[in-house]
Amino acid sequence: MTAQTVFWNIMFYIGVVLIVVIAIFPFYYAVLTSFESGTAIFRVNYLPESFDLKNYIAVFSGRNFIRSIANSVFIASTTVIAALFLAVTAAYALARVRFRGRGLLLLTILAVSMFPQIAVLAGLFELINFLGLFNTPFALILSYTIFTLPFTVWLLTTFMRELPVEIEEAAIVDGATPWVIITQVFMPLLWPALVTTGLLAFIGAWNEFLFALSFVSEETQRTVPVAIALLSGASEQEIPWGPIMAASVIVTVPLIALVLIFQRKIVAGLTAGGVKG
Amino acid sequence: MTTTIAAKPATSAYAGQASLQQQRARAAFWFLAPMLVMLIAVAAWPLFRSIMFSFTNASADTIFNGQAEWVGFDNYLRIQTLDSGAIRWRGVLADEDWWNAVWNTVRFAVVSVFFETVLGLLVALVLNAEFKGRGLVRAAILIPWAIPTIVSAKMWAWMLNDQFGIINDMLLTLGIIDQRIAFTSQPDTAMMAVLVVDIWKTTPFMALLMLAGLQMISRDMYEAAKLDGIHPVKVFFRVTLPLLKPALMVAVIFRLLDALRIFDLIYVLTPKSDATMTMSVISYQNLRDFGKYGVGSAQSTILFLIIAVFVALYIWLGKVDLTGEGRK
Repeated sequence: MTAQTVFWNIMFYIGVVLIVVIAIFPFYYAVLTSFESGTAIFRVNYLPESFDLKNYIAVFSGRNFIRSIANSVFIASTTVIAALFLAVTAAYALARVRFRGRGLLLLTILAVSMFPQIAVLAGLFELINFLGLFNTPFALILSYTIFTLPFTVWLLTTFMRELPVEIEEAAIVDGATPWVIITQVFMPLLWPALVTTGLLAFIGAWNEFLFALSFVSEETQRTVPVAIALLSGASEQEIPWGPIMAASVIVTVPLIALVLIFQRKIVAGLTAGGVKG
Repeated sequence: MTTTIAAKPATSAYAGQASLQQQRARAAFWFLAPMLVMLIAVAAWPLFRSIMFSFTNASADTIFNGQAEWVGFDNYLRIQTLDSGAIRWRGVLADEDWWNAVWNTVRFAVVSVFFETVLGLLVALVLNAEFKGRGLVRAAILIPWAIPTIVSAKMWAWMLNDQFGIINDMLLTLGIIDQRIAFTSQPDTAMMAVLVVDIWKTTPFMALLMLAGLQMISRDMYEAAKLDGIHPVKVFFRVTLPLLKPALMVAVIFRLLDALRIFDLIYVLTPKSDATMTMSVISYQNLRDFGKYGVGSAQSTILFLIIAVFVALYIWLGKVDLTGEGRK
């Protein structure tokens, strides 16, 4: 090894360390802060100094926070299950059947997932009010469909294209209808893709903010992102940083765990769809 | 659903094939119908209604009872004659605040996507090299992506805090600044704060997309270049970048479209700051905070049109294969 390669190797590892530190530090610092209370929170420290659970107790004793978590879980899972249910058959048609206007339809679906949510806000508000859903979880389940459905259709179409043609041809020769092909032949092969798609859609629904802020006004109906954004202290000026960080850690840890466990699946899903989850 | 193709007596091979094709097309229609109905109900119809609202004087009181009056293009642009006889332009298109929001949005989108692309490419190149602990690094960069936007906004708001924030402390210790800065509230640093948080959060996504693109490039190409003694920098610009271009283009357009509609990060990190007010935020304020449904809808409709034109141009000019149909 020459001196030059040694130098570049060192530079490379410095780069690697920098990437990791920058990626992790804000979360690390939030965890650190969440265990500090009283005056300790206002002293800047880089290493853990105290282990105080007061912030977590404060967050959980405000009973609306647990309610918010329950709301988020219910809304995100219902949205995802409904979207997957509608998307599987649609994706089969888009990936496997040749028909006129297929490319245009795919582009339209993609366009729906990309257009600004604010552009439908007034109309959606009217619809939700008309259906009497304002202030209920179903207002959000309905409105989240606008991005989870195109996203799941898009991703499942990409995955279904990858399945070998031979399997389908064999099924057709054996006399299987399209419905049988989907339910009996493709579904068992698609499980990994469904998990990936469902997970990404779940994260999207879990993190959504604009609709959750607009279509729910009562504190007990809030989802987690809105609850955290509107968490306030005793007075206007006083921002309760400790409880905010504790709440942030509580809702982020499960997500990080999910992402790390399903790392490979998530990366596969992100790159297949090319769409932000 | 028990009818089978084999049960039908196929008189000729051709007829059998035609009916199979027809059967599949018919099935495809019914498979697509529920999804299409749903998308029309939650996307197309509300979009249509929002556009209609933009031509009315709908307010929080009149939006649901049908008493909103049709005002044509008044929300967009109209001429008002003052008592003194002077003529003033009114409406969104003559509104300084609106153009400020347009400019902020464009600036945010271009700068954030530029940095996310460059940094994402750098991170992807690092992850494409083989070294010990690569899996760990890949896991680490997924963390910013996994954290909800609202949570990352709060985390950074705390770190950027003017009195107790760790970033002020770092910069003071390093001697880069000599007094504490209120990053999120000062007009000259608010946009920078938003950009930093967005770049931090979204670079991993770009990096992963580009890493996937890089991994498709055959290693033989690099081996050959190495044998010929070509400088790595030249290899990067002559081999890697051109081969990566399709993946790069798709990633950039998705990010740009996403950046143009930004709402949540700004709403939480720098609320009420004119320096970071974007099209989505100003429209939301008119709609929900002030109850001006007509004006707010006009603004959201313009944003929609901008994005629609942008997408159409991009597809038409770049001939980008967004649907991935050609990849097969």
